[in-house]
Amino acid sequence: MSFISVNNVWQRYGDQVVLEGLNLHVAEGEFCTLVGTSGCGKSTFLRLLLGQETASKGQILLDGQPLAGEPDASRGVVFQRYSVFPHLSVLDNVALGLELPRSPLLGRLFGKAKKAAREQAAALLHKVGLGHALDKYPAQLSGGMQQRLAIAQALIMKPRVLLLDEPFGALDPGIRKDMHQLLLELWRETRLTVFMVTHDLSEGFSLGTRLLVFDKVRVDPHAPGAYGARITYDIPLNSARRKALAAELGATSQ
Amino acid sequence: MRLINRHPDRSSRLLLVLLPFALLLFAYFVGSAERLADNPNDKLLPSAGQMFEAVKRLAFSADSRTGDYVLWQDSASSLRRLALGLGISALAGLCLGIAAGTLPLFGAPLSPLLTVLSMVPPLAILPILFIVFGLGELSKVMLIVIGVTPCLARDLEQRAREIPVELLVKAQTLGASTWTLMLRVVLPQLLPRLLISLRLMLGSAWLFLIAAEAIASTDGLGYRIFLVRRYLAMDVILPYVVWITLLAWLMDWGLKALTRRAFPWYEGARA
Repeated sequence: MSFISVNNVWQRYGDQVVLEGLNLHVAEGEFCTLVGTSGCGKSTFLRLLLGQETASKGQILLDGQPLAGEPDASRGVVFQRYSVFPHLSVLDNVALGLELPRSPLLGRLFGKAKKAAREQAAALLHKVGLGHALDKYPAQLSGGMQQRLAIAQALIMKPRVLLLDEPFGALDPGIRKDMHQLLLELWRETRLTVFMVTHDLSEGFSLGTRLLVFDKVRVDPHAPGAYGARITYDIPLNSARRKALAAELGATSQ
Repeated sequence: MRLINRHPDRSSRLLLVLLPFALLLFAYFVGSAERLADNPNDKLLPSAGQMFEAVKRLAFSADSRTGDYVLWQDSASSLRRLALGLGISALAGLCLGIAAGTLPLFGAPLSPLLTVLSMVPPLAILPILFIVFGLGELSKVMLIVIGVTPCLARDLEQRAREIPVELLVKAQTLGASTWTLMLRVVLPQLLPRLLISLRLMLGSAWLFLIAAEAIASTDGLGYRIFLVRRYLAMDVILPYVVWITLLAWLMDWGLKALTRRAFPWYEGARA
């Protein structure tokens, strides 16, 4: 059984159909990259997976269960911008994810528990290469470092699904390459299921184990909103990585 | 070089800052000296010496009837009312603003109500306050609260709405409930904005205070000014006005320093 099943999902805003008849089955641990022209519904699909929006028709199953209708800790997210909290230091930005679920009344931990949370956060931050900037505020970081922070923040929750909405769109090419390396490393280690929206085709091909192309199949020039986008191509990629993944999953399931 | 591209350097900036104040003082004292030369009993533009005498009498010698030092007594009363009024307004404005700006179900009824309430001229309902709350301290504090709270709440609501939705979604993926999200994400981001709003509302708060004190009070800076007005005592009124201005400026400066110190991450803190 697949980890995520998308069954005949439609999304429309008023008369505007954005997605039509989406069907998709994704195994656990896959790295799906989503490409397509602007405004073709990639980000809408990501918001559906996130629970920020609910589909007008059809349903999405996560591990056989209908997806929760609002964002929760099972799905981490990194946006292109505004992913980190400007009022918290780098360390607290990550520790926040440990504090919030454990303290429903104040949303913060004290004493030993706080120290433990901060140590755990610091360890993760060292791993993503932010060990030297624990006490800085996000505004003092470069764009690439902010995105590293956002990724660490998402990973501290140990989500089963990681959603990335053009996370490297605003970074320059050199930094972007470093970030690809980091992301692949983390993906291999955590065996997360990743969905990543990107405008960069080469990024989509080089990173993913599966490339999903969104496009409109039907276009009515007199009613541009009448038809929505579908997944027109579903291309398996990087067979070595896929095999490694399959072997690893097979090993754990036995 | 175009005027728009010319900047004062450090020393000339200081000079430019002081120049208008110096000109004002100069104009006043020239006018004062001329009038006093014509008529030594003139009360309209008292000389520096006359004002100094008045300040000495009010600030540094005990009142023969009550034994109080009038200026300090007035200042303490006024500042207490102002602090109480602004404190209550800040708390209420923060709660209302966060509720209206973060929770759509609260914003729907609150937002239009706050808009309408902020349009009520507070001084127009001053008589109602005196009737309802009596002539004591409560009505004066309430005037400040009623005048300042809706504007604060509206501003903070707007700021709460300006927090990018991505941050609210992110907090939810980090396991926040509505309550902890407001407590750890929305509230800390609005606190510096609250201090800035308070700075902008200081002028109105003083206006409401002086008005309330002028009409019904037995002490306070506004009371004193309106009391001695009967004797055309400009030698008291002018130092009082300067003193009030100084207090207001110090409060503004203090709030600005606090914003910068307490919220180093806040970009607007430098403004």
